Amino acid sequence: MTFGSGAMTNSIAEIGEAQVILVSGSNTTETHPQIARRIYEGVDRGARLIVIDPRRTRLARHAHIHLQIRPGTDIPLLNGMMRCILDENLVDDLFVEMRTENFLALRDMLYRVDIAQCATLCGVDEEQLRLAARSYARAQRSVICYCLGVTQHVCGTANVRSYANLAMLTGHVEQEFTGVDPLRGQSNVQGACDMGALPGVLSGYQPVSDPSVRARFERAWRVELPTTPGLTVLDMTHGDGSSDDAGVRALYVMGENPALSDPDLGRVRATLAGLDFLVVADLFLTETARLADVVFPAASFAEKSGTITNSERRVQLMRQAIDPVGSSWPDHRIIIELSRRLGYAMNYQSPAEIMEEICMLTPIYGGMYHDRLDNGEGLQWPCPDRRHGSTQYLHKYSFTRGRGRFEPAGHVPPAEAAEEEFPYILVTGRVYHQYHTGTMTRRSDLANREYSRPLIEVHPDDARKLHLRSGLAARVVSRRGSCVFTVRVSERVAAGHLFATFHFAEAPVNLLTGSASDPVARCPEYKVCAVRIEREA
Amino acid sequence: MHDVLTVCCYCGCGCGLYLRVEGGRVVGAMPSRSHPVSRNNLCAKGWQSFAFIHHPDRLTRPLVRKKGRLHPVGWDEALDAAAQGLRRVREAHGPDRIGVLASAKCTNEENYLLQKFARAALGTNNIDHCARL
Ligand code: SF4
Repeated sequence: MTFGSGAMTNSIAEIGEAQVILVSGSNTTETHPQIARRIYEGVDRGARLIVIDPRRTRLARHAHIHLQIRPGTDIPLLNGMMRCILDENLVDDLFVEMRTENFLALRDMLYRVDIAQCATLCGVDEEQLRLAARSYARAQRSVICYCLGVTQHVCGTANVRSYANLAMLTGHVEQEFTGVDPLRGQSNVQGACDMGALPGVLSGYQPVSDPSVRARFERAWRVELPTTPGLTVLDMTHGDGSSDDAGVRALYVMGENPALSDPDLGRVRATLAGLDFLVVADLFLTETARLADVVFPAASFAEKSGTITNSERRVQLMRQAIDPVGSSWPDHRIIIELSRRLGYAMNYQSPAEIMEEICMLTPIYGGMYHDRLDNGEGLQWPCPDRRHGSTQYLHKYSFTRGRGRFEPAGHVPPAEAAEEEFPYILVTGRVYHQYHTGTMTRRSDLANREYSRPLIEVHPDDARKLHLRSGLAARVVSRRGSCVFTVRVSERVAAGHLFATFHFAEAPVNLLTGSASDPVARCPEYKVCAVRIEREA
Repeated sequence: MHDVLTVCCYCGCGCGLYLRVEGGRVVGAMPSRSHPVSRNNLCAKGWQSFAFIHHPDRLTRPLVRKKGRLHPVGWDEALDAAAQGLRRVREAHGPDRIGVLASAKCTNEENYLLQKFARAALGTNNIDHCARL
């Protein structure tokens, strides 16, 4: 965003070569095992590992510095670190001068920041904060990885900008082994964004509001395109369900399960149930599909060909291994047939042909033809034409948007704080993202055996106070609803905090969470919610 | 029996793996040795990435709601019903009252087609995916 593109600036392999690795809001060992492997390799080679996380995750236990911040205090932490960098003359002046803009605004803001105050607000030791700032700034090759723990806050966008500020201030962006890397949860989050499955942009992040962009697509698609950005997923699933509400009256859902994954579930289910028409294409009869008027059986990744794009922008070929199971169809075939019936014909013989059109209309994917991707490892975008190779890291000579822009950010308190009636802070396990709502993994026996009951993690001190033991049932109540979990006493959570996963339909933790969301990215605040917990008889 | 080189369907690491196919069924998964991310290694999920493919809960036929209940039907009937329902809402309320949700579990080609479907066939920019959640 601050650099002009929402993707990992590095390749996964580079992470293992960095000298300082700063990981924030990511339980990497469990959510991105192969990236964690690179991090551990880096540490074996002598890299310093800094982890910013409210939980004492496995990675945090191996860290040289673990900043166990209060949930939602990334910004004061980073402002404190940047103030320290400023005070100790660790700013990369040349980089700031040549490649960035708006530095003075950041500097002025930082001069009003008090490091000791920041540390107190975050609940971390001031010396540790300074130590982290120094080692990140002093190393030649420092890299930042962050995940949904950073974006899933009311201030998610500002959080992301603050990490970008830190990287630019120290010049840790333009070279190999330095950068800022958002780790993407599900297999093709990156690709879904790249392809323009977003309300404001067409494929390759080309804005729908730009007339010249629209003109190109209109020529290729032979149709007039709508001009104003559309609704986000939250706008669509959190309408009030009445007919004069500005939300949607009909929904087509491909392979997702908002009736289990969206925050403030009661409202989502009411919205879905109140729709005039709901179509779902999925592998299984999910909670969402149960509410649908029409359900299409979709084929799995083994039953179709196509490409997906991983966190490091690597576009790879998925090959069909078997025929579709039963009379299921791949989603592309379903869309083509449905579109034809709505009077808009799409003529493609194969996914390779669809990709040719993508290449034509999407500069960053310009050379991603299937025949070229057939090399066992794909290509990393940007790849503007057939002759262009893979791009290992971004922003070598300039940022996507020209100069990188500093966006100073102040602390935004979480939408909900603990109080008398709801004295605990519940942090939800959306970061255990690979299981998502469990539609796929829960049908794999092994995955089920390893983690088969909805658990709530409670710190030993709190467990003693509340007379809770591991294995007991406990009810968790928020302003919006309640659900029952099995207790696991664990030091991974800080005292005063609880941690729950959301992969289980039996204990839909999103019944508890709020729908306060970031004003820019509209990313809901899953991470923080005030609750009380009581033993269930 | 043969092996097909493909990509793990679970997380954003994108490990390269082989699916082992026997008699039209996927029976195993193995890492690719030369792949830059997997480097001859998969996590527990990757090794199990094929396990749901032949699960008895898989939907095998289209379903359409009739008198309040979902009934199995043929593809033509289901596609007609979906087209008719979407057309009805568009005629009554306009294209911007229809929403489309894409998926981070589907391919690039499918996500591209779905946003094209929303914009060109339905006439709305109401397309988003659930990954920001
Ligand atoms: S094998 Fe594991 S680390 Fe690799 S893509 Fe699959 S889920 Fe991610």
